[in-house]
Amino acid sequence: MQFWVIQTLNSLALGGLLFLLSAGFSLIFGLMRIANLTHGALFMLGAYIGVSILKVVPNLWLAALLGGLAVAAFGAVIERLLLRKLGSNVLGQVLVTLGIAFIIADACLVIWGGDPIPLPTPQALQRPLTLAGFTFPSYRLVVVVIAIVTAIGLYLLMERTRIGAMIRAGVDDMDMARAVGIPVSRLFTTVFCLGAALAGAGGIIGGPMLSAYPGLDADMLPLALIIVMLGGVGSLVGAFVGSFIIGFIYTFGVALLPDLAYVILFLPMILVLAFRPRGLFGKFAA
Amino acid sequence: MNRAVWLVILAVLLVGMPWVAGEFYVNLTTQILIAAIFAASVNLLLGYGGLPTLGHAAYVGLAAYLSAWLYLKLGLAHWITAPIALAGTTLIACAFGLIALRATGLGFLMLTLALSQVLWGTAYRWVSVTDGDNGLRGLTRPAPFGINLDGATAFYYFALIVTVASIWLMAKFVDSPFGAALRGTRDQPRRMSALGHNVGMIRWVTFVYAGFWGAVSGLLFVYYHKYIHPVSLSLNNSAEGLLAVIAGGSGTLGGPIVGAAIVMILKNYVSTYIERWNMLLGFVFVVIVVFMPDGVVPGFRRLLLRWKAARWRKK
Repeated sequence: MQFWVIQTLNSLALGGLLFLLSAGFSLIFGLMRIANLTHGALFMLGAYIGVSILKVVPNLWLAALLGGLAVAAFGAVIERLLLRKLGSNVLGQVLVTLGIAFIIADACLVIWGGDPIPLPTPQALQRPLTLAGFTFPSYRLVVVVIAIVTAIGLYLLMERTRIGAMIRAGVDDMDMARAVGIPVSRLFTTVFCLGAALAGAGGIIGGPMLSAYPGLDADMLPLALIIVMLGGVGSLVGAFVGSFIIGFIYTFGVALLPDLAYVILFLPMILVLAFRPRGLFGKFAA
Repeated sequence: MNRAVWLVILAVLLVGMPWVAGEFYVNLTTQILIAAIFAASVNLLLGYGGLPTLGHAAYVGLAAYLSAWLYLKLGLAHWITAPIALAGTTLIACAFGLIALRATGLGFLMLTLALSQVLWGTAYRWVSVTDGDNGLRGLTRPAPFGINLDGATAFYYFALIVTVASIWLMAKFVDSPFGAALRGTRDQPRRMSALGHNVGMIRWVTFVYAGFWGAVSGLLFVYYHKYIHPVSLSLNNSAEGLLAVIAGGSGTLGGPIVGAAIVMILKNYVSTYIERWNMLLGFVFVVIVVFMPDGVVPGFRRLLLRWKAARWRKK
């Protein structure tokens, strides 16, 4: 019984991290119509930057904030200097993000070395929580809470603010949004930075669970892709639901069928593609 | 000079090369040939079908793993493992094609990437079959008709024959009426379907055909290295194939071969001096996409023209 409870909590925690990763990926894809292949690398970059920040500031939450800002600034540079240059050449934009992902991955290897570096769990959360006869790792509970709070925050941002309305308009009909005077260009940078910040902060918050290691980017990117295919491009709700579905399938897959955990990830994707190619909550097919 | 003369010169160079060049260059050219088959198969999808694949390394790795596993674990001979590996990989390509072609454009790119990453992750984790990060070692090269291929030169000629046959068959495919229909689905899918062509079927057949040639390249790859590691299935490997096509000029017959040569030469020279191949790969990607989107050869020609024009204006 303890096994199932713990694995369920692990699934929820992984799902929460995946939401931080895929929410930005999905919004960028929905608005700019590009698959940002740096996203896994930004997650890893966040984790490594977190390692360095924690050496100076021994507070994980502050590190997540600072690291998120640093990765957002990096995202702004990519968007402004490179993606912008390629205009409507969508394939070119995607390939440039792929190139940058390789550069980031190799740079991380140079700077931080090849050994996995675990981020320390905050002291207050190191003791497991005992509730109704079960023990829970309390850090994971907090990760779930953070993800849910972020989801609510993003939802309010999208549904209740002016900028959110502009983003939604851009996702639904870019040309019309431009025509009614929405500054689409500035919106692109904003959303790209927001996505990068979420990915970077996610890498740091995930650090105590996943640690920072070379290949973290290649592990996370396909999960983000599958979640967005599953939930639907440009949909926040889709990213949320998809993250937890994949979190569960992946965690239980690794626990019960470690050899084939990756193959099991196929199944939800195939089902969705067969019956609903635009994803569970998507408005258009990718 | 016309094309036939160039082809004869190229043929003389390729056939005569081992008599003049050292073993290092013979091996390098062998690797270029293997990469050229791979790039040409990516080009079928990207150049002629307008389908950007980022998961083509899946077929290279799968064929290599299948042949290695059958040889090591079941002790089968090469003349049995090769056809099984090719057939098995082509079957997987049939299934992957059905999934990936639910989308076009970026959706297709993401699906091919996700599918190949699933295989990559499985190769790492299914240790009982793939030996995980250690890779499968202890392989041998086949000896067709009793000819020993262990020497660099012998294997070079073997790879050359396979490559010429592969490129020729892919060129035939593209030149056929089916190839014309494929280019039609790239440029005007809706008109093609209005004309009564089955666009989905044309794309799927091309996908499977490209997967098959990816598998051929994978077999040569595993024979050459006598070793296979999950990295062959990785995104980096798929990206190298895509880069070769874009660098050489997609949708042309010679482009991917030139591109494969550029990528392999760069990779070999760089890795003898520094370890930073992946970073360079990333930079080359960015530079080529930003400055030479139509390939290196037209890109340089354009830069040269601009330079000439600037000099002429100064006069």
